[in-house]
Amino acid sequence: MHPEWISAFTFLAVSALVGGGLLAAAKVLRVRARAKPSELKLRTYECGEEASGNAWIQFHARYYVVALFFVLFDVEAVFLFPWAVAGRSLGLAGFVAVTSFIVVLMLGWLYAMRKDSLRWL
Amino acid sequence: MNALVHGALYGVVIVLCLLTTVAFGVWFERKFAGRMQSRLGPTRVGPYGLLQSFADIIKLLQKEDIIPADADGSLFTLAPVLAALCALGAAAVVPFSPTVIASDLDIGVVWVLAVGGLMVIPTFAAGWSSNNKFALLGGMRAVAQSVSYGVPLVLAVLVPVILSGTMRISGIVAWQTSHHWVAVWPVIPGLPAFGLYMLAMLAESNRIPFDIPEAESELVAGVTTEYTGAKFSLFYLSEYVHTLVGSAVASALFLGGWDGPFAPGLHWMALKTLTLFALVYWVRWSLLRFRSDQLMDLCWRRLTPLGVALVLASAAWVQFAPGAH
Repeated sequence: MHPEWISAFTFLAVSALVGGGLLAAAKVLRVRARAKPSELKLRTYECGEEASGNAWIQFHARYYVVALFFVLFDVEAVFLFPWAVAGRSLGLAGFVAVTSFIVVLMLGWLYAMRKDSLRWL
Repeated sequence: MNALVHGALYGVVIVLCLLTTVAFGVWFERKFAGRMQSRLGPTRVGPYGLLQSFADIIKLLQKEDIIPADADGSLFTLAPVLAALCALGAAAVVPFSPTVIASDLDIGVVWVLAVGGLMVIPTFAAGWSSNNKFALLGGMRAVAQSVSYGVPLVLAVLVPVILSGTMRISGIVAWQTSHHWVAVWPVIPGLPAFGLYMLAMLAESNRIPFDIPEAESELVAGVTTEYTGAKFSLFYLSEYVHTLVGSAVASALFLGGWDGPFAPGLHWMALKTLTLFALVYWVRWSLLRFRSDQLMDLCWRRLTPLGVALVLASAAWVQFAPGAH
């Protein structure tokens, strides 16, 4: 593996240690508050009322639409990044190609906009 | 081996610096908010209350760890650790000076977007695993918002990448240095891209005016509703770290990074980063909160086409402007 990648992943490991370390430190420091679980304490918070039903429910379909648009535009970005670096060497042909790609994508965006799919209803 | 030592050493130093900065950043914010509201803010712990954050952390670490009986225990514990990992991990490729970089990846920009963007997963994991309606609503809103604002964020970041022709963040800073960024940015799409980045970053890190995922007046505390003690403090920390790293990336990509006269590069980078960081809190204590639908409309109907236009404009600039090469 390239040395820069090794450094980057080592950095990630160090960042993971922060979370793990803090939880471990808390375990040691919690001497005065040994866990004293009681049924009431472990109950789900719902403004003091008895919790009614489970929170693991179905989502509204609008979240699905947002996810779909996100995938669309993020894939666009994935295509744009390599071009962004190579843009100069590709010259006018590259510029025309990427412009038409974006124009087609934005036609889709315009369609979604006219259909009111971009509105959070 | 050498790379391992380099990564570990710089990792420990940079992570500790970020955490210390965040501790004093929280103090600064509380003091600042206090003054804005004709209060004093913290005054008791240390001179001017400077040690308040450290007292808070020690207090939080001693608290009893409560996992609700109905929650998904392992996910509930994993989420805050992951949040800290994503928030801090993005800093791996940020150049704080020409030499202070943990890893000068050739696709540093993508690393920042990927690791920083992963924040949605621990946030939603926390919301889902709590099995609490407030937490779940907060988590769902956070996912919808972060995912949506990820699009303008990526488009804004594309602008300096296109202009400089590299994804290595130190390369982008070097390009700005050699192209006199102070003079050049307003002419090309850099300045609006910077504004777009800051807006999207505010939304990504769930800050006012985009803080609907934890809108305390309707959702108690959003995803952190059921969290106590150390786990809560991890979420709190990672939120601030996320903002801080976002400010550092903004300074590197748009404000010339370590470039500046008279002082060493590290000082300039710190100055720029902390100014943006303070700006985020100034905004936080000045503005109101958007409504959910206004937030999504702003993103998809206004900011996304703006981002695309900026990308096209910078592509045209690179292609046609004299002396762009």
